[in-house]
Order: sequence, then structure tokens, then C-alpha cells
Amino acid sequence: MIRAPWATLPQRLTQPGVLAALRLSLVTATLATGVSLLLGVPLAWLLARTRFPGRKFARALVTVPLVLPPVVGGVALLLVFGRRGLLGGWLDATFGISLPFTTAGVVVAETFVAMPFLVISVEGALRGADARYEEAAATLGASPWTVFRRVTLPLIAPGVAAGAVLCWARALGEFGATITFAGNFPGRTQTMPLAVYLALEQDLDATIVLSLVLLGVSVAILVALRERWVGGAA
Amino acid sequence: MSLDAHLVVERTGFRLDVELTAEPGEVVALLGPNGAGKTTALRALAGLTPIDGGHVVLDGRRLDDPAANAFTPPEHRRIGVVFQDYLLFPHLSAVENVAFGMRCRHVPRRAARERAHAWLDRVGLGEHARKRPRQLSGGQAQRVALARALATEPQLLLLDEPLAALDARTRLDTRAQLRGHLRAHPGATVLVTHDPLDAMMLADRLVIVEDGAVVQTGDAATITTRPRTDYVARLVGLNLYRGRSDATVVRLPGDFTLTTATAQDGEVFVAFPPAAVALFAERPDGSPRNTWPAVVETVSRHGDNLRIELRGPITVAADVTPGAAVQLELAPGRKVWAALKATEATSYPA
Repeated sequence: MIRAPWATLPQRLTQPGVLAALRLSLVTATLATGVSLLLGVPLAWLLARTRFPGRKFARALVTVPLVLPPVVGGVALLLVFGRRGLLGGWLDATFGISLPFTTAGVVVAETFVAMPFLVISVEGALRGADARYEEAAATLGASPWTVFRRVTLPLIAPGVAAGAVLCWARALGEFGATITFAGNFPGRTQTMPLAVYLALEQDLDATIVLSLVLLGVSVAILVALRERWVGGAA
Repeated sequence: MSLDAHLVVERTGFRLDVELTAEPGEVVALLGPNGAGKTTALRALAGLTPIDGGHVVLDGRRLDDPAANAFTPPEHRRIGVVFQDYLLFPHLSAVENVAFGMRCRHVPRRAARERAHAWLDRVGLGEHARKRPRQLSGGQAQRVALARALATEPQLLLLDEPLAALDARTRLDTRAQLRGHLRAHPGATVLVTHDPLDAMMLADRLVIVEDGAVVQTGDAATITTRPRTDYVARLVGLNLYRGRSDATVVRLPGDFTLTTATAQDGEVFVAFPPAAVALFAERPDGSPRNTWPAVVETVSRHGDNLRIELRGPITVAADVTPGAAVQLELAPGRKVWAALKATEATSYPA
């Protein structure tokens, strides 16, 4: 804060690179949260409410990205989705889709790293929710899907919201997996953390400005979300 | 809309094997101590716990038949359940809770809401329609739960300890109202309770379950006068013995004989109320034919009287007035003479 170049702040902020990186960060973090919700909530439901062989192993697998250094995660993603990767080759050949070094790749990397936060939070909420409400709904004639939509989801809404906020915050700060899997192309894959890292090698003042922007935006959004969802629901 | 069920559920260390029938409009109470398997039976009927054997036939439709690998999931049964703690959905208002079942059965939104309001009016909660469950009192929540279950017009209504969560005062009012609603319900009703008063007030027929098996069935009058197990005898407050009868003389284990008012031959039960036992300091002479020496085990309050548990040739409970207890200096260890009038003791075939 003290070392921030306040005098030149306005023109530094309006540099196109800064805004582009900020926008990309917000957009990809939000998309990653969306993808995590779509995949993570059903996954959490499977882990919390069903029994299948290998459930314990699946649960351990979900938490792997939490303990894995993100750079290693990025390498793993390259091995799977790379042009010669397990799925990458097939994706490229069938649909002409190549994920690495694209904006979509950024979303994939952020989802990979941030989704466990959502899954763990939602799974905890599901375990805490009284499953007998679901039984009551079933005796009233609700199909399993209706039970999930009209009873389970509303009951665990605070947990889902908290998990989504955590997930979004983690995605916003994602660095290692992103730079490994998606590279560092300004406007395409250069998110704020990457821009900060790049600036660090050239211009310390710019680094401080970028860090401040990232800090300010994320704190503002998290405070707003907490008030709205997590705090309001509690 | 009649129910014909034979429920067999196996658990480690526990086996439920209960046959149960209920006619349309009939209220059957499953009465038994905690852990007897009453709630398991209810869950089996609702399809929440699959049965391991037997069958469930409702209105001629075979819902469950493990032998034929048939199982109907709860949402495809026309069964309404009122759970012990009601389980009203906390995120929905009272009227939305009642409308939930109709919405699931594809009643259009407006019609479901109107009917839900009508149901709430019927249970006397019209003005509480918009309240959330946590804003309702226990008695009100119970009535919303009942309305929610009845609104789907179930062929079978199940109630799990419907009054257990209420305080004594609310319980009295709610029991009377519940009785009315159950009378009006055209389908069969099975309710589970461990409270004999609830069972006798609400049900047409009682099925008594102990350790996963039916030990006695009958209407309230039969159960209260002719108990067949110690548990039932305790519930209805009678002394119960089993012995061999020859005319009016019943020989109990230990070569003790009781003379009864009724003449029977063969294996019988003998029952008499604690109030029929009189206590004396000395051996009484005169009319009572049944007299025996006994030792006071415990003395406890029982309504306006004292309940004395006696040890002797037979263990027996006697009710005496506080005045008599003082006069006889009744305390644990005190030796007394017990007398029973033959006219107060009834015997019936075992």
C-alpha cells in the first residue's frame, strides 16, 4: 500500500493490458465456478447419498487437486488434454477442439483446481441435511429428481453458495495450473495472477498496482457475495 | 381401499414379522414398547424400508412381494405419512407444504394452492397459511403435517407417534381433533404409538407388538379387560397371572391357588385390578377366600392412591389410600396380609 505508485495509478489502471487481464480473470473464474457447479453438485450427491464400489477411492480422488501442486496439476492436464494426450488427441480428431493454450483451457485449469472446494462443501452440507425430508417428499409422490430439485437443493443452498464462493475465489487466484496448461498469452490466457507474475520481472510498480486491483476486486466481490448468500442464509 | 400386509424385515439381532389388515375407514393402532419394531413396520408399509418377506397388498394392488421380486417405491404408492417430528419442509410455507404432494401428482399450481388452502381451513389453520414451519407451534405443525398427508387423498394413512412430540395440554386438544379427521378419512389408517391412551382414543382396533411380533389384537374393551402379556397388563394397569383352571379355582405356578368369579377349565389367564387387593396387618377372617402373606417391596404414588408392590407367593400390585397406608405403617420390608375378593378376579382362556 505504502509503496503503491499513487501518482501514476490512473493511467496505469487504464492500460489495456490490465483491464483485459482483469476481465479475463473474472470471466474465467465465473465460468469455472459454473462448470464446477454443474459437475460438482451431482458428484457431491453421489458421494454423500449413494453407495457404489470405489466410493472411498473416488472421494480421495476428488481431494487430490487440493494437495497436488497446481503446476503438477497443469502437467497432468497437458498429459490428458494435450494434442497427443489421452483425450486431447481424440477431441482434436473428432471435434477439432484443442484445449491447451486457449481461454477454454484456462477455464479447465481453474475448474480442476477449484472444484474440490465446492464438492467438499456441498458434500458436507448434504451429509448435514436430514435425509428424512427426502423420504417425506417421496411419500408425497415426488420423483427422485423432484425431491432433489424441490427439497434437497433448497435445504443445502447455503452450503452450495458457500462452496461456490470458495470455488470462485480459488479460481480467481489460480496461477500454476493455468500457466502450465494454458500458457501466458495476453488477452487470451493471461489472467491477473499471470499478469502480476509477468510484471514482477519487469516493473515492480506495475506489479503492485495489479496486485492491488486483484485484491480490491476480489475482496469487494467476496464481501458482496457473503452478505447476499452465505450471511443472509445463516 | 383395504390393506392386507405381512411384513417381514430382518436386521442383525432383530426380526420383524407382523401381519396387519385394515379395512377402508378403519383405524388400526400398532401399540408396543420402544424397539418393538412399530416404526419399522410403518416404514415398510410406506416403502421406505423394503421388506425381506411377506407382502403388502393395498386396494387389491400388490405393492410388495419379495418372493416375486416386486417392490413399489414410495412415490408410486398412494400412502400418506405423518412423521413423528412432522418433517415439514422448512423452506416452504404451510400452504406450500400442503400443496407439495398435489403438485407432485400433477395438479395444476392454482388448483393445488386452492385445495391446500381448503385443507388448512379444515384443520383450523387458515390464517397461518403463509407461515414457515419454524413459526408454527407443535400442535399447529402436527395439523399441517396431517393436512399435507391427507391432501394427496391416500388409500392408506400412516401416523408415527402423532402426539408424542406435544405437551400434555396441546395433546388433549390435538387428540380430539385428530380423532375427528381420522373418522372422516375414507381410506384405511394405521397409527403407531407407545401410549395406550392415544391408541384407545384414536383406534377402532389395537394390534400389540412386542419384539417384532404381534402378541394380541382386539378392540379397546378386550385389551383393557383381558390382557395376554405382562406388557399389556402393565399398560392397562392390571395384575396378570397364568395358570390352570378347574371350575373357579385357578392353580398358579408355585402351587398357589386363586378363586375367581368366572368358571373356566384348562389353561387360563387371571386378571384383577390393584384396587381389588386389600391389605391387613393381621390375617383377616371372614369372606375373602383369597388371602396370603406378603412383604412390601416398594411404595409409590399412583394418582390419589399409593401403589404397593408386594412380594410373596405371587408378586402383586395393590392400590391403597394414603390413610390406610399410614395406619398399616406400610414401608419396604413390612409384612402384611393381602386379600382379594373372588368377584374382582376374572379368568379367561389362555
